[in-house]
Amino acid sequence: MTLELLQGSVAITRAALAADCRFFAGYPMSPFTPLLEAMSREMAGAGGVCINAESEIEGANMALGASAAGFRSATGSCGQGIALMQETIAEAALNETPLVVFNMARNQQDYYQCTRGGGWGDYRTITLAPKDITEAVEHTQLLFHLADKYRAPVILYGDDLLSKTQVGVHVAPLDLPELPAKDWALDGSASGTGKSRQVWTFAMGKKNDPGPGPDGQWKRVAAKFAEIEPVEARHEGIHADDAETLVVAFGSAAKFAEYVVEELRGEGHRVGLFRPITLWPFPGAALARATRDVKRVLVFELNAGQMIDDVRQWAHDRDTIRFIGGVSIDEHGLAYGPLLDAPVIRERILAEHAEPAVVPAGRS
Amino acid sequence: MATTDITIDTRTAPPPPSTKAASAAPSLILGEHQLCPGCGEPVALRLLLETLQDLGVVDRSIGVVGHGCYGSFVRIMDIDVLQCLHGRAPSCATGIKRMRPESVVFTLQGDGDMVNEGLQEILHSAARGENITCILLNNGVFGDTGGQQTATTVLGQRTKTSLEGRNPEQHGYPIPIADLVASLQGSGYVARGAVSTPGAVAKTKRMIKRAVQSQLDGHGLSLVEILTMCPTGWFVPAAEGADYQGASMEPVYPIGELKSQENERA
Repeated sequence: MTLELLQGSVAITRAALAADCRFFAGYPMSPFTPLLEAMSREMAGAGGVCINAESEIEGANMALGASAAGFRSATGSCGQGIALMQETIAEAALNETPLVVFNMARNQQDYYQCTRGGGWGDYRTITLAPKDITEAVEHTQLLFHLADKYRAPVILYGDDLLSKTQVGVHVAPLDLPELPAKDWALDGSASGTGKSRQVWTFAMGKKNDPGPGPDGQWKRVAAKFAEIEPVEARHEGIHADDAETLVVAFGSAAKFAEYVVEELRGEGHRVGLFRPITLWPFPGAALARATRDVKRVLVFELNAGQMIDDVRQWAHDRDTIRFIGGVSIDEHGLAYGPLLDAPVIRERILAEHAEPAVVPAGRS
Repeated sequence: MATTDITIDTRTAPPPPSTKAASAAPSLILGEHQLCPGCGEPVALRLLLETLQDLGVVDRSIGVVGHGCYGSFVRIMDIDVLQCLHGRAPSCATGIKRMRPESVVFTLQGDGDMVNEGLQEILHSAARGENITCILLNNGVFGDTGGQQTATTVLGQRTKTSLEGRNPEQHGYPIPIADLVASLQGSGYVARGAVSTPGAVAKTKRMIKRAVQSQLDGHGLSLVEILTMCPTGWFVPAAEGADYQGASMEPVYPIGELKSQENERA
């Protein structure tokens, strides 16, 4: 295996091409911009198309069009740009068009945005949050697979570290199961046959092939996300089995927390890490198991507390939960601030870990 | 004095009448539409479908349809269709056409769809020279939501949101979108037709044909703006729609070709 020194954005681009992504459209916005640049550099050579769209709304709809035509397609942005795309993401969910969205976020304040969305309707977006570039390469390929498998929009929750850092990485095609042919895709060949196709959120279909209609379609979509939820939840536990103090973190923050947990373990502290890999579906059942015997659950995320809602919903005992993260952004507003630093995380974990555990009344 | 040698044979039946009559339903329409009496859109849609048949491109035609009354027509339109978000049809069509350049990709949009919500999409797609054909059904109101003012409502027009008539002080001026698109380098063919008279219908069909041909020839974005009647949204009797359109819209939006390759060469 040969490692190649690649910027994260280039590695993700190569992974997307390895997954047969052949259309990309986006609008420059830091720190998503390097991904758009890499896509525009590499897509043409791979026989694909990359468009520097005039807005996030246009970029997302171009990608939706290319997907509706049966091709693996993607778009991306961060924060405010993803907000503009939410109308399209909801549309893709409800009319069942696969769409891969790269959120190269500025920090972790897009958690609600990715997991709750801002569009309308009973939909969810499968969201993978890689901890590093190597994992992002895998997640990118997996996301194209999941988008097609479920005919749904999916999100890679990256950040400025994933976008801009250079690492030695090997982009190997993942071995994923075959998927059924896209017999729903629009290619014009059914036009004039009496069996022409229609892609539409209201799904009323054609006269000769009536669809389920809005009520049937939206119930079907909701049922699909209910099916996805228990099946696609992914997580990782590090020293989580015998931890007294369990840190919960995702994405790049989890990578830093993992380093600190290993360091503290080496010093004899019973500290562990629980890392949701999918932010939706949230690995709730696994978190409930992992928190059964711990004395405290420390949530480290770089926002004012968003994932902590899901932790509160699933932790074995809500009273053991402490928030040790916070909003932390650099002076330009584009990248992580001083909280994403191993000594800072170590100090925050130890401050709680050293405290005698508060055992709530009624719990032995 | 010349004499005529015409004789009338009264012993045999006369030949059957011409079957060229417009009553024959086009095969791409699978049933009856549900649009209001006096609406101009069914005529315009029929012209588009007949043109695709005339050009022999039906089996590679893909439509992208926005939001508006004509959306209900899609259920009986035997063409592969993506029904997309309000205003976004040119962007969706861009994605389709770029990946399937051999296809004939068209958008169907109303004036609220294209000129209000989707102004950015149509202008940028034209500027990029996307090789698609955009059909604008312009009746000057939001028909689907019951007759509110759009960006193309002419001055003086009464709508549910300009009850005393559109006036520039309060509502601004209408946008002549075809003129804007024609001014951009990436557009190949731009025309404005109507469906209010038989002559206008025939002329508009020629425009649609040239627009699709322009796409087949790879000349960039082609646009046909078709003035259509909306008696319901205009609060006029159905039978008066055509005259009302001629009197109110056509002076503001003159019928004719605004841009074509022939014009460029001339």
